[in-house]
Amino acid sequence: MKIHEFQAKELMKVRGIPVPQGHEVTSVADAISAVAPLIESTGNPVVVVKSQIHAGGRGKGRFKEYPDIAGVNVVTAGISGGVEAARTRVGELAGKMLGSTLVTVQTGPVGKQVRRLYIEQGVDIDRELYVSVLLDRAVSRNVVMASTEGGTEIEQVAAETPEKILRAEIDPGLGLLDFQAREIAYGLGLEGSAIKNGVRFIEALAAAAVELDTDLVEINPLVVTKQGQVMALDAKMSFEGNALYRHPEVQDLRDLSEEDAAEIEASGYGLSFIKLDGTIGCMVNGAGLAMATMDIIKYVGGEPANFLDVGGGADKEQVAAAFKIITRDPRVKGIFVNIFGGIMRCDTIAQGVVDAVSEVGLSMPLVVRLEGTNVDLGKRILDESGLNILSAVDMKDGAQKILEATRS
Amino acid sequence: MSVLVDTDTRVIVQGMGKTGRFHTDKAIAYGTRMVGAVHPSRAGQTEVFDGETDHSGVPGRPDAYHAELPIFRTVSEAVAATGATVSVVYVPPPFAADAIMEAASAGLELVVCITEGIPVTDMVEAKSYLRTRSSRLVGPNCPGVISPRQCKIGIMPGYIHEAGRIGVISRSGTLTYEAVHQLTQVGLGQTTAIGIGGDPVNGTDFIDCLQMFNDDPATEGVIMIGEIGGTAEEDAAAWITANMTKPVAGFIAGTTAPRGKRMGHAGAIIAGGKGTAADKIDALEAAGVVVAPTPTDMGAAMLEALGEATED
Repeated sequence: MKIHEFQAKELMKVRGIPVPQGHEVTSVADAISAVAPLIESTGNPVVVVKSQIHAGGRGKGRFKEYPDIAGVNVVTAGISGGVEAARTRVGELAGKMLGSTLVTVQTGPVGKQVRRLYIEQGVDIDRELYVSVLLDRAVSRNVVMASTEGGTEIEQVAAETPEKILRAEIDPGLGLLDFQAREIAYGLGLEGSAIKNGVRFIEALAAAAVELDTDLVEINPLVVTKQGQVMALDAKMSFEGNALYRHPEVQDLRDLSEEDAAEIEASGYGLSFIKLDGTIGCMVNGAGLAMATMDIIKYVGGEPANFLDVGGGADKEQVAAAFKIITRDPRVKGIFVNIFGGIMRCDTIAQGVVDAVSEVGLSMPLVVRLEGTNVDLGKRILDESGLNILSAVDMKDGAQKILEATRS
Repeated sequence: MSVLVDTDTRVIVQGMGKTGRFHTDKAIAYGTRMVGAVHPSRAGQTEVFDGETDHSGVPGRPDAYHAELPIFRTVSEAVAATGATVSVVYVPPPFAADAIMEAASAGLELVVCITEGIPVTDMVEAKSYLRTRSSRLVGPNCPGVISPRQCKIGIMPGYIHEAGRIGVISRSGTLTYEAVHQLTQVGLGQTTAIGIGGDPVNGTDFIDCLQMFNDDPATEGVIMIGEIGGTAEEDAAAWITANMTKPVAGFIAGTTAPRGKRMGHAGAIIAGGKGTAADKIDALEAAGVVVAPTPTDMGAAMLEALGEATED
């Protein structure tokens, strides 16, 4: 589960991790009134106006409606013009950014509508660094990764100059040890009071990541100020779905407006659904088989419209819900149901398909491939239903049949 | 004959709830020697199973079975009373990592965890604990382990399997069934099929299984089914190049998966530019593995790897 930058910074702040002061706003008026208190309390006339969306690359992103405006804007008008000039400029920016569509490398060409802004204090940056906490599968432990190359894509740093990546494994029993945090601080070239501040920052960040069951915490850039402070200029935090049950305070941060409506609906039925761009809808049991079904559709020359795993024990209601979600997409021209019945019996799924089609109707070709437990009974239910369902002998046959049917 | 489990394997169940009972019943029908259960709130009770024998399982049994499984408070008590060496875990996600550690503490040789949805942090702890014990973990979030005609531990349908020559290793559930079904259809059968699970932190990995199958005299070839996410398949490819003496076939799911989207399994995500299907297929092919172009061709790929493919 993803959250916004401002939410991540709130979670960090209460855990003693330094972040700049800021205010989340959803209106132009609130954006303007956030400016004066920030400038007065920090003594810095610079403020930053940051789009809050669940996608990275905001700084380099541009608005569809205003191609000259970036997703993140540093407002320096206050330096010469004072608070009033800063307020005016923030108001102008907020008026254009709020409600407009931000396109970044991560949003795709469609972009995302900006519904909230974060008005943040300016910081006197001395150095920009990188730090993150994530799972290293190879050692089955969380690791702290750090680099002197802040502000850039860390994948690029890892690929081109791997020696610039510092790394420390977090022992699940002991946490990140003091000496590990010191080694990273030294490795980052911190000096003077920044060493102690850096060690504190890294230790608190590692502890927060473990406490909150994060998938990823990424601070890019982590900045050292001219005063030797170490703080998170940006913050990205996502959470591991399996552990959300024990973090109700994190669940409350979920912003449904940032997520795909169909994916939310599907998850309510216990279906794992991901929208794609193709024309052939898929309904499959099992994640691996669902991925492989998408692959084989592509292999025979089609484009899958979705990933949909109905799980190991789907009932008729879930199958009907899956049908409705798939067919609601106007681009879908046909559906391929691919089931290998293990615990789930083929007759159950066949009856589910028949009931769903009877209930919601079927205006497009449907190919069903059944294999496994009670396969003969399942096929008979489909045959005797009188519905126009094409049956397939295996996955490739099914993929070819649905492709042919959608092209004719 | 097989790896990990055979006709002598004595198995206890951790978590005798609805799911645990359902699959224990299927395992007994198959002929698995289920000897007890651990379920603290039901300790002292006996779970009774009656039904029709699954004749796709262990041969030479009567048409009906009757079994009474004692339920214990702890794994240690269950082991002491039954002599079990293997446990299968159906405990719900919040408590499953603890169940795995309890089984390891009790000295079981093999712990098969079926549970899906265990928090990663819990598995990081469990995995760290397992390093201090000699137990082997298979899973979590997996279909289990089966040696056809000998022993079935987990949730896979027994009848699609047939005793034979091929070792099966897979990160996915239903895709394993697909592979097993095809191996049965082309007459190769399986020595043992191991579902290693779809989570980012799991126990036994591809390399562990490849090594076991390489050392097993009955196994003539191996098929490994991977998917996007992580670098386990690439690591396995390197191991195959250096050590494997038997033919290997493979399949990788997720060629069309978009970056940054988690494909159902917690472990199936292309992140940080790593874990793409193309990388994995390239690595496996460079190691001499015959990679099936589609999931329908897994049986054919195995025949090709064995040099037994017939001309069309």
